[in-house]
Amino acid sequence: MTWKQRLGSAIPYILLTILTIPVFVGYLWIIISTFSGRTYGLVPVDSQGNFGGLTLENWSFLWEDPNIWFVTLNTLLLSVLLTVGVVIISALAGYALSRISFPGRKTFLAGTLILHAFPSVTLLISIYFVLRWISNLPVLGKGLPIIGGFGYNTVGGVALVMVSLSLPLGIWLMKGFFDNVSWDMERAALIDGCSRLRVWWEIMLPSIKPGIAALSIFTFITGWGAFLIPYTFITDQEKSTLAAYLNSLMGETAPVNYSRVAAVGLFQLIPVLFFFIFTQEYLLSIFSGGSKGGT
Amino acid sequence: MKVLLENLSKHFGSVVAVDGVTLDIRDSEFVAFLGPSGCGKTTTLLMVAGIYKPTTGIVKFDERVVNHLAPRDRKIGMVFQSYALYPHMTVYQNLTFPMRLSKVPKSEMEARAKEAADILGIGALMDRRPGQLSGGQQQRVALGRALAKQPDLLLFDEPLSNLDARLRLSMRGEIKRLQMELGITSIYVTHDQVEAMTMADRIAVIREGKLQAYATSDELYDQPRTLFIAGFVGNPPMNLIEVEVLQEGDSYRARRNGFDLQLSEARGHKAAGRGKVILGIRPEDVSIGDRGLRGEVYVVEPLGRDDLLDVHVGDASVHVLADPSLHLKIGDQVQLGLNVDKVQFFDPESEQSLLWA
Ligand SMILES: Nc1ncnc2c1ncn2[C@@H]1O[C@H](COP(=O)(O)OP(=O)(O)OP(=O)(O)O)[C@@H](O)[C@H]1O
Ligand SMILES: [Mg+2]
Repeated sequence: MTWKQRLGSAIPYILLTILTIPVFVGYLWIIISTFSGRTYGLVPVDSQGNFGGLTLENWSFLWEDPNIWFVTLNTLLLSVLLTVGVVIISALAGYALSRISFPGRKTFLAGTLILHAFPSVTLLISIYFVLRWISNLPVLGKGLPIIGGFGYNTVGGVALVMVSLSLPLGIWLMKGFFDNVSWDMERAALIDGCSRLRVWWEIMLPSIKPGIAALSIFTFITGWGAFLIPYTFITDQEKSTLAAYLNSLMGETAPVNYSRVAAVGLFQLIPVLFFFIFTQEYLLSIFSGGSKGGT
Repeated sequence: MKVLLENLSKHFGSVVAVDGVTLDIRDSEFVAFLGPSGCGKTTTLLMVAGIYKPTTGIVKFDERVVNHLAPRDRKIGMVFQSYALYPHMTVYQNLTFPMRLSKVPKSEMEARAKEAADILGIGALMDRRPGQLSGGQQQRVALGRALAKQPDLLLFDEPLSNLDARLRLSMRGEIKRLQMELGITSIYVTHDQVEAMTMADRIAVIREGKLQAYATSDELYDQPRTLFIAGFVGNPPMNLIEVEVLQEGDSYRARRNGFDLQLSEARGHKAAGRGKVILGIRPEDVSIGDRGLRGEVYVVEPLGRDDLLDVHVGDASVHVLADPSLHLKIGDQVQLGLNVDKVQFFDPESEQSLLWA
């Protein structure tokens, strides 16, 4: 390789490096500031303005505020409910839309696409009324253990709303993955003795594993970072989700401790970060839109 | 098991994929569906399998109408062009999947899978996944999966078209041998006429959804009933030349510009006095000699065993299989002898044979 070729192959890396520096510096600042009283640029300083002043004070919420653990579990619960709901419904609906011709199929597909285009903010008020109505149902409304129910001011209710808002995208994604599975394989399975449901379960689902993984991860992360819906439909911010909890730290009464906000933010970010590191390969397959391997 | 298709049709919206096909398949018979791409072979096969519901017509297995039977209740094995193996299962799991679904006892399942694997020489691959096999190996597994379930009817949809020429040749023989040994009634879809001719007991020629002919390969070859069959069956294809057949006393002559051929009475009188007809003669029934039609060599294609010549006789072009040792070159003047006991005649309007109608 001549030096020219070497330079040529290095240029993309150089460009990428330059482009990622601001993002990288941003995260670095967050990490540093959570361990400092104050910072001057990226340098932690003490009250006299000298280097130093490192502290764990900003992380004290972990052991001083019992709400944080409650909120974390709540967020986890919401994310899991959301993921399970979206994946199951999308996988069933996507299969039907991909493989079975029934009246209204085209309309349904177009309809979900339009729904997906609606910003959810516009629906907040109407959703509020729906949740209030569900609240009045016996047991289902607000009488269930753990998730509270599916009505207003319950984790289940928030999950229900978020599932419905995520379904259009999920269904389209799953339909896309099913479209890529060969008809012959499905026919072979039908001839080999499967019922339609069994084909779905034993042949189709395993063939689109990367798609299911991608959708699960994507949905889980959406749930983990959810703010607007939990913030709106759970009245007590300190018992809602991490994002809402974070928001409550920036109340109007006291001066905002940005180092603490950064610490809570980082705390929320850690699981997502790990998630991404281990699953980025699957996430990429959402964009390439096909199942890997196969025959 | 016998199979009977009666007036079977399939419409997709306004497309008529299969149009009134009627044919019977005897027990243990090997039948090929032959036709150009898009003529409805796969659609017919999938109706037999129960994947598609016929628009009209019935499918009978033995004496039983099976139109409303689900594919899994029809006791059929099918081999696809794309192999259609289950990528997330090992070869063993692929082979036993149908038996697992029909709750065959485990020991029998293992025995049958092993037997099929041994016959097909894939015993060493049992723990691999389809993605780790070559195309030929995958095709064997697909065949094994269809055989191990011990079906009453085997369906093949162009199973060899993704394989290389040499492998295709050996698999062709193997499938035929297995079918004869096991005696399983089989339908084999192909657009390769050599495959159909060599393997099948009878061939159903399909064109644009309609059954053109249903006969043994010899009959299709020697007594083509339509112009389409004459042109489609045989390689290199039959020469088709427009001529006029005239009766002169006791002799019959086929004539066109620069082309004058004495015919046998048996074949000649059926084509005489009809104005323009189409004369068909296969390249192997034309020989180069020192008598006959005068022509000029226009193209020479060496095929190895023979040279395929394109000889211009007047303004007609005649393909001839010639001995390479003659060393014919473009521009050479030659004389062609046509075997008059092998010529065919067709009506240019109805495209029906004038000899075998
Ligand atoms: N699901 C379908 N919907 C609409 N049209 C179809 C469908 N399946 C097949 N066709 C049409 O029916 C006709 C016959 O198709 P078919 O697949 O049976 O052809 P084929 O003989 O198997 O061809 P090939 O040799 O290319 O496989 C074609 O014109 C095709 O476009
Ligand atoms: Mg086909």
